[in-house]
Amino acid sequence: MANIDIFTPHSHHDKIPVVEGIHAGFPSPAEDYAEPVLDLNRYVVKNQASTFYARISGDSMVGVGIQDGDIVVIDKSLEPTNDQIAVCFIDGEFTLKRIHIENGRLFLMPHNPAYPPIEITEENHFQVWGIVTYVIKKM
Amino acid sequence: MYGLADCNNFFVSCERVFQPALNGRPVIILSNNDGCVIARSNEAKRLGIKMGHPFFQLDTLIKRHNIAVFSSNYALYSDMSRRVQQTLRSICPATEVYSIDESFLNLQGVKDEELDAFGHYVSAKVLKDTGIPISVGISHTKTLAKIASKLCKQYPKLRGSCYMHRPQDIEKVLRKFPVEDVWGIGRRFSAMLKSRNISTAYDFAQLPLDFVRSKMHLGGMKTWYELHGHPCIEFETQIPDKQQIMVSRSFSKELDTVEDVKEQVALFISMAAEKLRRQRSVCQAMHVFLLTNRFRHEQEQHYDNRLVTLPAPSDSTVELADIAVRTAVQLFRQGTFYKKAGVALTQISPKESVQTVLFDEIDREKHDKLMTALDKINEKQGQRAVVVATAGFDGIRMNRNHLSQNYTTDWNDILEIHC
Repeated sequence: MANIDIFTPHSHHDKIPVVEGIHAGFPSPAEDYAEPVLDLNRYVVKNQASTFYARISGDSMVGVGIQDGDIVVIDKSLEPTNDQIAVCFIDGEFTLKRIHIENGRLFLMPHNPAYPPIEITEENHFQVWGIVTYVIKKM
Repeated sequence: MYGLADCNNFFVSCERVFQPALNGRPVIILSNNDGCVIARSNEAKRLGIKMGHPFFQLDTLIKRHNIAVFSSNYALYSDMSRRVQQTLRSICPATEVYSIDESFLNLQGVKDEELDAFGHYVSAKVLKDTGIPISVGISHTKTLAKIASKLCKQYPKLRGSCYMHRPQDIEKVLRKFPVEDVWGIGRRFSAMLKSRNISTAYDFAQLPLDFVRSKMHLGGMKTWYELHGHPCIEFETQIPDKQQIMVSRSFSKELDTVEDVKEQVALFISMAAEKLRRQRSVCQAMHVFLLTNRFRHEQEQHYDNRLVTLPAPSDSTVELADIAVRTAVQLFRQGTFYKKAGVALTQISPKESVQTVLFDEIDREKHDKLMTALDKINEKQGQRAVVVATAGFDGIRMNRNHLSQNYTTDWNDILEIHC
């Protein structure tokens, strides 16, 4: 058997030394690594000033997972490019479609076989209002 | 160089962002209680509708010209204002918010030869990101920048920005610019000036400085120098601390009902407004905050706060309490225990120097009288003998028959898109 040294507490130590600033328990070893909690806003909203929300009604975009009752996140600051999903204002009404440019012609493409594509011509009053960046959906 | 970014027909533009079909159609916005016209689209201006026009007199005109009518939706306007300010700050960090629809830009860092392009960039970026059209005026002083931005509104050819810097251009503009529209002149001085045949900004700038000093004191001299291209009006990016009046308290018993929170916030704002009046000042913004107990870790922790810009500088307890209470209601979360709440009045300026807003929706004189009476009673009868009732400030009693949706501040009110 190995020798065992027994240490006895010094009886005259009636005060326990206290390190300033630590009141109880052990300091968390993770303290220096603490990060703010994940914030969905920061993930979804890239530009707060230009981000808007809209609620969807209708089913012409079910093919890309945009369904009745969903909320879409719209960023107005983004430049529209081919095949993006956009909120458009056409002839006095809002709609949401994929904008598709082909051979110099502009189409609003639905994602549901029950709906035909819409061609935008000079006669239409047309404006891309904003680009859809995310869809919020309750499961 | 200084810039002024001024939103075009701001309240109307806010409504048009969410109802683009209103573009090209005359639009008017009514004051609280739908009393009179406080904002007009250019089309409505062309129909001869004036600021302050009583709404009930407009029936025939509205029908004949298919005019769109809105009650003022300050929740929407203040959020859109925040978006515009945020976008401006992202391009030009040194900005000074002057009012709900105007911000000054400090352009010292921009090279002279790039200023024209810069102004157009700012204007285009704000329009693209927020949907709000703005007019940017750039010149040697804040006063001249304001004039330049007004020029933009008159001349669509300028495409949203006007860089006015050559002495001969400035003179040409000032010769046509009505003296009463010059920033800092005000109604009182313009009457005096007109009686002396001073009708344009140019006439005013030609006056001997001694005359301006004797009749219009320091304020008039500043304006005079500014019109001559010498900056005199400081750029205020940060509000100094002494220019803030804060009243806040920790509660002995935590508050968890919206009624209690409303009552406390109304009390705080009454106290703050009283202090404000005592130093003969007005404020143009306020901070409202609610705090949960940070020593009770079993609960969710919140520091909820919001900065609200007022439509016009005010010292009226009635008006300030209305806004503070409504803001507190928006911040309030059900099921939360609040330990502390407070209000802080900011953007404080001397009451005398305030440029009055033409056809303000609030009868300032009436409010002034009421406030003087209120202060007197409280002085005599002891503190808080008369306080504002919070119950009346729900907006329920207000007539707002033409209110648009709170597209950006209420999930139930966001845009609906059919697809």
